[in-house]
Amino acid sequence: MLLSRIDKPGWIFLGILALACLVVPALNLLTAPGSAFHVPTYAVSLMGKYLAYAILALSLDLVWGYCGILSLGHGAFFALGGYAMGMYLMRQIGPRGVYGNPILPDFMVFLNYKSLPWYWHGFDLFPFAAVMVLLVPGILAFVFGWLAFRSRVTGVYLSIITQAMTFALMLAFFRNDMGLGGNNGLTDFKDILGFNVQAQGTRVVLFVLTALALGLAYLVARFMTTSAFGKVLIAIRDAESRTRFLGYRTAHFKVLAFTVSAMMAGVAGALYVPQVGIINPSEFAPANSIEAVIWVAVGGRGTLVGAALGAVLVNYAKTLLTGAMPDAWLFALGALFVVVTLFLPKGILGTLAERLGARRPKVSTDIPPALAEEGRGS
Amino acid sequence: MRRCLVLLLVAWYAVWALPAAAQTGSDAAYARLASDSYADIEAGIAALATSGDPKAGPVLRALIDNRLFYRPDDKALAVKDGAALTDLRTGAAVSPDGFKPVRVNNRLRRAIDASLGTLNLLAPDTATRRSAADAVFKARDAAALPALDTALARESDVGVKRSMQEARAAALLAKPGGASEIDRLAAVDTIQARGDSEALAILRGLANDPAQSVRDAAARGVSGIETRQALMANVQNAWYGISLGSVLLLAAIGLAITFGVMGIINMAHGEMVMLGAYTTYLVQELIRQKAPGLFDWSLPIAIPLAFLTAGAVGILIERTVIRHLYGRPLETLLATWGISLILQQAVRSVFGPTNREVGAPSYMSGAFDLFGLSITWGRLWIVVFALAVFVALNLTLKATSFGLKTRAVTQNRRMAAAMGIRTPWIDAFTFGLGSGIAGVAGVALSQIDNVSPNLGQGYIIDSFLVVVFGGVGNLWGTLVAALTLGVANKFLEPYAGAVLGKILLLVFIILFIQKRPRGLFALKGRAVEA
Amino acid sequence: MSAAIALPPSDPVHEKRLTQALLYVDDIKVTFDGYRALRGLSLTLMPGEMRAIIGPNGAGKTTMMDCITGKTRPDTGQVIYDGVHDLTRMDEAAIAELGIGRKFQKPTVFENQSVADNILLALKGPRAATASLFGWRNRVGRAQIDAILETVGLIAHRARPAADLSHGQKQWLEIGMLLAQDPKLLLVDEPVAGMTDAETEATATLLRRIAQDHAVIVVEHDMHFVRALQCRVTCLHEGAVLAEGSIDSVSADPRVVEVYLGR
Repeated sequence: MLLSRIDKPGWIFLGILALACLVVPALNLLTAPGSAFHVPTYAVSLMGKYLAYAILALSLDLVWGYCGILSLGHGAFFALGGYAMGMYLMRQIGPRGVYGNPILPDFMVFLNYKSLPWYWHGFDLFPFAAVMVLLVPGILAFVFGWLAFRSRVTGVYLSIITQAMTFALMLAFFRNDMGLGGNNGLTDFKDILGFNVQAQGTRVVLFVLTALALGLAYLVARFMTTSAFGKVLIAIRDAESRTRFLGYRTAHFKVLAFTVSAMMAGVAGALYVPQVGIINPSEFAPANSIEAVIWVAVGGRGTLVGAALGAVLVNYAKTLLTGAMPDAWLFALGALFVVVTLFLPKGILGTLAERLGARRPKVSTDIPPALAEEGRGS
Repeated sequence: MRRCLVLLLVAWYAVWALPAAAQTGSDAAYARLASDSYADIEAGIAALATSGDPKAGPVLRALIDNRLFYRPDDKALAVKDGAALTDLRTGAAVSPDGFKPVRVNNRLRRAIDASLGTLNLLAPDTATRRSAADAVFKARDAAALPALDTALARESDVGVKRSMQEARAAALLAKPGGASEIDRLAAVDTIQARGDSEALAILRGLANDPAQSVRDAAARGVSGIETRQALMANVQNAWYGISLGSVLLLAAIGLAITFGVMGIINMAHGEMVMLGAYTTYLVQELIRQKAPGLFDWSLPIAIPLAFLTAGAVGILIERTVIRHLYGRPLETLLATWGISLILQQAVRSVFGPTNREVGAPSYMSGAFDLFGLSITWGRLWIVVFALAVFVALNLTLKATSFGLKTRAVTQNRRMAAAMGIRTPWIDAFTFGLGSGIAGVAGVALSQIDNVSPNLGQGYIIDSFLVVVFGGVGNLWGTLVAALTLGVANKFLEPYAGAVLGKILLLVFIILFIQKRPRGLFALKGRAVEA
Repeated sequence: MSAAIALPPSDPVHEKRLTQALLYVDDIKVTFDGYRALRGLSLTLMPGEMRAIIGPNGAGKTTMMDCITGKTRPDTGQVIYDGVHDLTRMDEAAIAELGIGRKFQKPTVFENQSVADNILLALKGPRAATASLFGWRNRVGRAQIDAILETVGLIAHRARPAADLSHGQKQWLEIGMLLAQDPKLLLVDEPVAGMTDAETEATATLLRRIAQDHAVIVVEHDMHFVRALQCRVTCLHEGAVLAEGSIDSVSADPRVVEVYLGR
């Protein structure tokens, strides 16, 4: 039933992901480092990072593209998922830290912690951490969404308070008292599930897992948006008040979409952290969340595939530009925001679909014969 | 002619004879110093301390440094300066023959220290006398009482006199039972009137005073001072809060126009503030190079320039980008965010990423004391300026034809257009006005914040929250919201710390907006439901 | 006031129903920033009845609809539906679930979705978020939707985005959505605004047919259309009922004439 709901761009997208899962590991592991086809390990991790961003973009598209919720705080859910994973990775360091404390991470020893704060317990177990990756962003999104959508906070007001939310979290995580590494965040990871995070093999596996997670996120989002649920979401996006008069409790739909989306963002963050090797409070910066919005806008909102495409394209451009001309990047990014909103409101994929789609014939405005006849008859 | 001569003689006598009379008093004191008896020397020191003789200070300092010598045969004193001896009376150099050092022991040294303090009580300079009185107050030295009494009798400066009375009271209370009960009670009153934390310490120290009445008075005094101090702390906090609130008001008030009145989500608003701050920097640089004397005029010059610069940039943005996005608030948000990135990077490329130095004109620096409240001039001017901008903006919107047109366009665009108002120009100029006000805010904020390309980023979230909290489309709401948030922030800070206080406030606003999505002063009615 | 309606005596202690009426609006008042939009409006609608509401601009027609559907809460007064439900205490979704459907003055259909999906969204059935994710609404048969599209004459356009429809077709689609909701009470706000005469006539026919098994309130300016509905008419003026009765008696009422012609 799900497979029948995947459209052509979706199949192409899933095909590319499957191909990447095969080709990238092969080109990394099976070719010689000097070879022209060799993909170096750092590039594998870089691509993994792009794909993690793509999951974030996908999650944002689910709420923005389909439900009209422009969240400027999705980076917060991403970062929370990242922190959950980071806490697991910190606990895995064990006695190999600089201070050699078997329980306390280095920064806690440094800050004179005597024992592990309560919220760190359990994070030595991967399954627990994995659940938290979903649960922490999910619960935050549920509570936040429940409060906001029930009181009918919409549009820019919602955008502003989501931004305030991630800003508040950033300030909180910057504090040393938070017990999460303060300014420096969590870093110097050693192992994940017993494998060295730096090792080539681990990196390739992480890349493949990220690609699979992206595919899965796409399928979940696609399932949601093509069901009647998705139709209601679009109805809410286009005319929320009308949807309410049809008897739908729009707040429930929004909360559900927002929560699922936040969980996806959390997974994205969790996959991002071991590949990048650090998570710190700057991930909560409002600017990051807004940058994620432009990925979706560039690719085409309300298309899912476009969001992922936009994330990869913009981040690839960022890597290229910040390397070549660091000053130019912010100009380019700023211009991207302006150009896309002014000239490419449907994004790459949306515009492409419009061009390729056949021109619709003008609809006749005649009275339907059935009704006209009846009118005369009675 | 003769009368003139008499007058002159009287004047001459007045100038000459009075110090001479004082001189004779100190001569006796000097004579006692020229001795090898510690008791004599001590008496001499005490006499000198109350003499008011200008040479007393140097002599006592020479004594404590073992540089004072005397000649036993004629009791002449001489001060050794380097290698040479100078006769005290004649001021001429004398040969060291026959001179012996005046001896001091620890007891004398203490006496000298105290005397040096009391000597300053009689110094001709007001500031010296005041600091001497304060020193006695801190030392609570009962030995200084006679000197204080002498000084009090002579003192004419009201402020110094009060300090001396406080010092006297403190010294009186220093030894329990050292003075009559009535004197001590009077002293308690004097100390309580002082009302600071030192006064509090003195009064607390009286818990064991032998007299019940003094103990009671002291306890009353303690609670009185504590109440007063708590009140003052609150007033001070409120002032800091108003000061912070006026900064928030400045940052948000332009936004109250562009977002509140026009409904445009301008994420580049902070950058308009930043442009205003950089305009101030440029004006000051120019003045430093061309006309340093005009430095105090730099801010008045910068204000219109900042308004024009930011306003022009605002109109440019409105004409090129925002007008294409009317009715699409979320797209406007993204496009203006892009503009903010471009403006930031542009300023960074031109002026560099580091903070630029913007100086404070003379009237912006320093502080003054208002009923025990320390108020810095800079802060005061910013509060005044913020309110002035607010009033000016309100008048512009309420009392000018431009304001009338603006309100007409924002309330009913089509109707306004039908009445012949050029709505596109009104849009552009209103947006320019909001941006220009942001630029003006930048002039003020350049005085208290780092002028860097990131300046605007720090204000954008706060500004939006202030406008939303106050109620969109309501200038008064913005004023109340800014001041409320400023004061709330400062009252939270002592309990929660600066960062946590800010977080709590953000959480509060998030919850508040959910309770009342339309802010403190919401507009009601059908028109609101879009 | 002639419009005051004497209710059949009912005893709420022994009988749960407060009134036999399907809709019982009693003395509701609404104020917007000092403007009194409704000044003690009372109205009773019996089950299965069709009623036309007329009145000049600002008479309070749309505000009355807003009060019934939960968009606006009246300051005072009560709105009782089906004898037991106090609508002033419920939100829009709950009121819709009770079986009150509304068509807006400006046609509001879901422009980006197909005509068929518009009907699908409106179809009576569980409306919970989870139900729409996995449940029944995903397995609605084509026939059920098509039957409604046939009635409103949009079957040929079923796959088109609603945005492509003409103004009149959007009005019909909205009426179709109302039918799909299968409410006991339909509130129809200016259904023929902007329609041609032929379209207006067709719409009147459609509404008469719907009124056979639904209670309907129609708000309309167009007197020809109201006459074509052949039902009781209530005239509102300045937030209260001015006159009520057959179209002929109401349009002959000198006060109604005065209000409309401004004498």
